[in-house]
Amino acid sequence: MREAGKGAGAEPREDDVPDLATLSGAGLVSGLRKGDAVTVQSRTTPAVSFTLNGAPIEVAVEAGVSLLDLLRERLDLTGTKKGCNQGACGVCTVLVDGRRVLGCLTLVAQLDAREVTTIEGVGTPEQPHDLQRAFIGADGFQCGYCTSGQICSALGMLRELADGVPSAVAEHVAAQPGSSELEMRERMSGNLCRCGAYNGIVDAIAAYADAAGGHR
Amino acid sequence: MSALSERPANPVVGQEIPHEAASLHVTGEALYTDDLAVRTHGILHAHPVQAPHAHARITRLDPSPALEVPGVVRVLTAEDVPGVNDAGVKHDEPLFPSEVMFFGHAVCWVLGETLEAARLGSLAVEVDYEPLPSLVTVHEAIEAGSFQGGQPHMERGDIEAGFAGAAHVYSGEFEFAGQEHFYLETHCSIALVDENGQIFVQSSTQHPTETQDIVAHVLGLPSHAVTVQCLRMGGGFGGKEMQPHGYAAIAALGSTLTGRPVRLRLNRTQDMTMSGKRHGFHAQWRVAFDDTGRLQALDATLTSDGGWSLDLSEPVLARALCHIDNAYWIPNVRVNGRIAKTHKTSQTAFRGFGGPQGMLVIEDILGRCAPQLGIDPIELRSRNFYVDGQSTPYGQPVRHPERVAICWEQVLTTGDVATRKADIAAYNASHEHSKRALAMTPVKFGISFNFTSFNQAGALVHVYKDGSVLITHGGTEMGQGLHTKMLQVAATTLGVPLSTVRLAPTRTDKVPNTSATAASSGADLNGGAVKDACEQIIERLRAVAAGRLGVHPADVRFSDGHVGKVGGGATVPWADLVNQAYFQRIQLWAAGFYRTEGLHWDSSAMHGSPFKYFSYGVAASEVEVDEFTGAYRLRQVDIVHDVGDSLSPLVDIGQVEGAFVQGAGWLTLEDLRWDESDRPSRGRLATQAASTYKLPSFSEMPEVFNVALLERAHEDGAVYGSKAVGEPPLMLAFSVREALREAAAAFGPAGTSVDLASPATPEAVFWAVQEARGGAEPPHMTAMVEGAPGVVPDQPGADAAPLRPRSEQAAQPARAGT
Ligand code: FES
Ligand code: FES
Repeated sequence: MREAGKGAGAEPREDDVPDLATLSGAGLVSGLRKGDAVTVQSRTTPAVSFTLNGAPIEVAVEAGVSLLDLLRERLDLTGTKKGCNQGACGVCTVLVDGRRVLGCLTLVAQLDAREVTTIEGVGTPEQPHDLQRAFIGADGFQCGYCTSGQICSALGMLRELADGVPSAVAEHVAAQPGSSELEMRERMSGNLCRCGAYNGIVDAIAAYADAAGGHR
Repeated sequence: MSALSERPANPVVGQEIPHEAASLHVTGEALYTDDLAVRTHGILHAHPVQAPHAHARITRLDPSPALEVPGVVRVLTAEDVPGVNDAGVKHDEPLFPSEVMFFGHAVCWVLGETLEAARLGSLAVEVDYEPLPSLVTVHEAIEAGSFQGGQPHMERGDIEAGFAGAAHVYSGEFEFAGQEHFYLETHCSIALVDENGQIFVQSSTQHPTETQDIVAHVLGLPSHAVTVQCLRMGGGFGGKEMQPHGYAAIAALGSTLTGRPVRLRLNRTQDMTMSGKRHGFHAQWRVAFDDTGRLQALDATLTSDGGWSLDLSEPVLARALCHIDNAYWIPNVRVNGRIAKTHKTSQTAFRGFGGPQGMLVIEDILGRCAPQLGIDPIELRSRNFYVDGQSTPYGQPVRHPERVAICWEQVLTTGDVATRKADIAAYNASHEHSKRALAMTPVKFGISFNFTSFNQAGALVHVYKDGSVLITHGGTEMGQGLHTKMLQVAATTLGVPLSTVRLAPTRTDKVPNTSATAASSGADLNGGAVKDACEQIIERLRAVAAGRLGVHPADVRFSDGHVGKVGGGATVPWADLVNQAYFQRIQLWAAGFYRTEGLHWDSSAMHGSPFKYFSYGVAASEVEVDEFTGAYRLRQVDIVHDVGDSLSPLVDIGQVEGAFVQGAGWLTLEDLRWDESDRPSRGRLATQAASTYKLPSFSEMPEVFNVALLERAHEDGAVYGSKAVGEPPLMLAFSVREALREAAAAFGPAGTSVDLASPATPEAVFWAVQEARGGAEPPHMTAMVEGAPGVVPDQPGADAAPLRPRSEQAAQPARAGT
């Protein structure tokens, strides 16, 4: 199950983050007009220390900064993409302590002492992870925009299966879930692919899971 | 076999190879336009001020309060435009409008040091509006006589005679929804001013040349002062054919005025509320059959919902008319088209470009009429297929019509349709509250731009002294595998391994005057151009090799990185020969060009042979519908599709699957809703996020999904015998809709005909089930009526102009600096 789920609330959050270092101060709100619900928190959070792709990192960013924006806008790690910024497409999926989370719904402030893995930490073109190889072999993408999220999500999903986390299609909540194609599809259904490369994606995950002696 | 289509021995085309950027995609290394932002120093961010009215006059716009907001650098308004204040090629799309034409229309743009600063600045801009009456639905537009552009008319045979002598005549109406592209990468442009005032725009665009044209005319510059590059797109689907230009122009304008790079990336809500979508259509029709179910006449009037400006609505409508026959021979035809002008986003290209809309009309007609005629729909459809010697209503002979029948037979066999139909009958007899059905539908889709002039392409091929090869062509990559295919074409023509060839990004300063990567024609056109360039180089190298090998030039063979004599003997490595040629001062690069021969089209008369060939395919879909909720499952899909001799089978299978899924989304899930009330929010797009606009996910995939490419399908008129693949398979999804109709009808007595709304969401299917059971009529559906001569559809008014001959392009030839 995702730690940051789809409960973002009905109102879409505004895109991207305030760079409050440049925005703080009383003058900020003077130009605003009636009813503009702008909450500006000018306080900077204390530094957060965590592991990013195996290396320790310490960042001090404003309270509202999401993990996705930290990665993309501050750390130049653009492999994680932004599809909706509303928790609805799965494109921004990364792993935190091996569990999949949506980068756009996770605040940097939540990461203290956690272990974050992005697509850049899964493998490289020179040394791809076996699942990445499987995606190439099974043609698990077209435009590639959803791919980093699919791969991170699949890694998290396979761990959930191994841990016996039930899904909506599980026969019984207490039973060890099987790894049928139906299970995989259900568990991956939060990761949209507008190109419709779903067959290739499922094939890739299945091939990897099979080879890894995992759950199939 | 033509010189264009013939393959050498051991060609690289036809091999199953992964996407050229596969290892970049799976590792997150592949760059999209927005990824360049953090790599660009000192970049500014653009944010729009969106109007909260469907239609209004702007009476005052004061940007000055925004300039008080810390971090705001500049507000862009109409006064800043040095050239033409227009975002399109028809001069009906002001970039900075004085009149708001749809809810969410951007009236000005704010540039900030951060996106948040720009956003706060956009809230501070003061705008006063005088609201005006608005037309939000296509019905309101029809009622008000609000149309735009030309009104095409296509006619063949004697329409009245066709109805007079017919055994069965039915009339009806059908309105169906459009579709949001929802490419996962939203619109994005990054512009900067390079050395000596050269404007460099990186844009997520399917049509870099037109983006260049628009940026140039907005800035009042000649085209040579603007360069547009597209690395790749995170999906396009037609949504980035015409729509990116204005955003690129805003970024470029901001950059020229501030001297800093500008990034304009729409967030999802902005993209959905501002950018155009697939046109929804309204259709009035009457149809005549003989007593064996053969189509005798079709009389229809199609009204597309064009939104606020013309955009690509005219050619989309023309293609809809050209596809209303789908795969069926209809001797007497009259179809009129018109474009409603409504206060909505400017609807635009979307995979299929009107073809799906035209074909949906005839498939809906056949689906509704089959029970009335007492003929099984599978039988009714196949009975009406084109046969050799027949022509389309616009006068083009239908070549290879037998391929539909071959695909049809293959699906019947491999899908085991007869057995499954019997199983379904047994299932339905024993299940009161759940019914299954299996439907089959064909696709015939014309390939080429309707507008003949667009069927041209260019390429640039460099062979370096070390033998390595760099190619560029005019097409853009959006996931459809075009670049992969072009690499395969170049490797095949040069006779080198794939690894010898690299591809450089699409740029207007490499290949000029390109057409949009659209109409499924990217591989046909650019493949022809790449092949031409490679052949020029090969001809020059042939002479060098002949001297070195002591053979006649015609006997030199290039294969797999070696150059030798036909029939064997000593060979020279490719790189050695290239190096030798360099020292002999042989030109080792070439510009290639291709234009599709044999096309002609008169859009005023809607007559000619606009297509190089037709692509064919057949799908069978089986569904199961629940009586109480209308919920359904897609149990099995079997497809056979004709891609000619595939250039790249892995890519083509992916295209067929993906297009089918996207078509099924359009027809069954994706429900665009605009606020049609009289509240102040009238005209607002209510479905502006993935949370309210349901896209196909893993869960909606067919439980069993079998896709096969038609074998022995060589296409003489196209590069290496292949056929286009991007759009045609989308329409295979009609089979899902028809299966849902038949499953709903199975809740009623035999011979029940039901009206099914589109999209056929579970709610729509629920209403269809109610109708079948003799309960309530579905809302918003007009029941079909029977009897000659039928209800004549609206005919064009006296003021209706035909499509202009160049309606696909500019209102007048666009010239820089005007
Ligand atoms: S970008 Fe995070 S779920 Fe869409
Ligand atoms: S590959 Fe394009 S969205 Fe999945």
